[in-house]
Amino acid sequence: MSERLTIEVSDPMREEGIIIKALRKRYGKGDTAVDALKGVAMQVAPGEVVGLIGPSGSGKSTLLKCLGAVIEPSSGQMSLGDQVIYDGGWRIRDLRALRRDKIGFVFQAPYLIPFLDVTDNVALLPMLAGRPNAEARKAALNLLDALDVAHRAKAMPAQLSGGEQQRVAIARALVNRPPVILADEPTAPLDSARALSVIRILNQMAAQYQTAIIVVTHDEKIIPTFKRIYHIRDGLTREEVGEGKIPD
Amino acid sequence: MISLAGRDILHAWGKFVFTGLGLGLLIGVTLSMAGIYRGMIEDAKVLLDNSGADLWVVQQDTLGPYAESSSIYDDLYRGIRGLDGVACAANVTYLTMQVRKADSDVRAMVVGIVPGGPGEPGHPPFLVAGRHITRSHYEAVADAATGFKLGDRIQIRRNHYSVVGITRRMVSSSGDPMVFIPLKDAQEAQFLKDNDAIVRQRRRTAANPDFNRPEVPGMLDAVIASQSSNPYVNAVLVQLAPGRDAQSVAETIQRWKRLKVYTRPEMEQILVGKLIATSARQIGVFLVILSLVSAAIIAFIIYTLTMGKIREIAVLKLIGTKNRTIAGMILQQAVSLGIIGFVVGKIVATFWAPHFPKYVLLLPGDAARGFAVVVVICVLASLMAIRLALKVDPAEAIGG
Repeated sequence: MSERLTIEVSDPMREEGIIIKALRKRYGKGDTAVDALKGVAMQVAPGEVVGLIGPSGSGKSTLLKCLGAVIEPSSGQMSLGDQVIYDGGWRIRDLRALRRDKIGFVFQAPYLIPFLDVTDNVALLPMLAGRPNAEARKAALNLLDALDVAHRAKAMPAQLSGGEQQRVAIARALVNRPPVILADEPTAPLDSARALSVIRILNQMAAQYQTAIIVVTHDEKIIPTFKRIYHIRDGLTREEVGEGKIPD
Repeated sequence: MISLAGRDILHAWGKFVFTGLGLGLLIGVTLSMAGIYRGMIEDAKVLLDNSGADLWVVQQDTLGPYAESSSIYDDLYRGIRGLDGVACAANVTYLTMQVRKADSDVRAMVVGIVPGGPGEPGHPPFLVAGRHITRSHYEAVADAATGFKLGDRIQIRRNHYSVVGITRRMVSSSGDPMVFIPLKDAQEAQFLKDNDAIVRQRRRTAANPDFNRPEVPGMLDAVIASQSSNPYVNAVLVQLAPGRDAQSVAETIQRWKRLKVYTRPEMEQILVGKLIATSARQIGVFLVILSLVSAAIIAFIIYTLTMGKIREIAVLKLIGTKNRTIAGMILQQAVSLGIIGFVVGKIVATFWAPHFPKYVLLLPGDAARGFAVVVVICVLASLMAIRLALKVDPAEAIGG
């Protein structure tokens, strides 16, 4: 297991990042039981982007679902930001609010809501959190501007290119300023240039908002861009130092 | 918070509008069925109102003259006129039949009335064209719904009549328009045989030695004459003197004339409660079936729409949308679909109602009740889709 990274951050709430200790997940019971995670350990510091790589069936998605608080681990410990969220049982009563406020999701496909325009796709999360519409839209527009898609603010998702859709999806993941972003194959449908652009944006946003980002990927093009990579196989993780080079 | 349902509807407005149009046609049929039922009741009341009667005197042990056949002598009205409390009494006959004009014919209720007595019971209370019947034979006043015009020559049985007046909203309890003709003609029409039958009957009578006695000349002619005439009417319509109690006058007539007398509420009960009861039940069953079909269609549409949004719902749940927000979205869409359908249904029902052959009465109260039922059906129909949406696992948004 890796040593915890120490990064200077201005927000004390973000000092912890993601810490996972001895996380296990077992599906089924008795003879048919399958151990998808057999004691995973990970640590991602605020502002850091790490890669999570592994073959199919290695436990990547299970780990992501546990981190995303959509399935309950069998044992172990998970902390997001300054909060222990799992320690042999959920320590958070409202997992929905946890996902809304503390975790950002970026999917393989952007999965934007097709009947909302770009601004409202991003503003939906702060609105769900109870922020006034105008304030939520302002925050969304600021992020869209930062991601260079503000000019498509009024467009519908179907009118965007794949790269634009993915940037909007990143804006949606960031808009509530979560301490953690989980990105599941975010570059899979993109060509090399766009894939690297997405990784550049994720690194930039991680640094700017001190967000800990885990990128699950199979994409050979982007693996060299991570400074740290977790390999997962048979439910166990192994940490490796990456090149950390993002080509211009 | 923005309205997710509203945005979805605006985004896929074509789908919603066209689905709403289809649903609206179904709701229009449902509203029309209710209108037909109301129209039947209204027709029954109009029949009673337009007769101008306070009491209906009919044959004993019958529910005549509308619900059952009734036959009483045509001179009884004189004795009834003389009773205390009676202001006016008039004979009337009713016969539903095909009235011919040239090569076509119209289903109509032929009403036999005493000519020259506008304002008397049985007469049409108003005309929209022409004049009342003044002659004792071969004149007619027709309801506009028959399609007859002033001066038209119409045929009832073997006789031809000139249309001298046109009235409106004079219909039988089953909605057939009325044609008024002089009482004598109507009495003849009820029992008039064809020429061959008359010849055969006369021959049979002449062959009967009891009627054709050589020592009693003129007897055969008298018997044949009695066979050829009809001294019966279906009812006597009675108007009460001002301030007289209908029930007590009815009891007096029943006691002294040994006839059955119905008051207005009793006659209304017969018409609404007995005559159109089967039709009303029929329409009621139709309404229930149409409501179930509407519910099934709405449920199917909303379920299908929700099925098409499973991934979006999973994403919404994953990013922290509350179940009640998602349920609210589906519910609002179902109710919106119902509202679109209801508005379309109300409009089409209003436009096609006048084209129904029978009177269709669309009451605002029925529309309000219909709207409430549509909303309830939409809410119930959305439950299946809501259940589906709530069962969607947010993990479906994450691959693997």
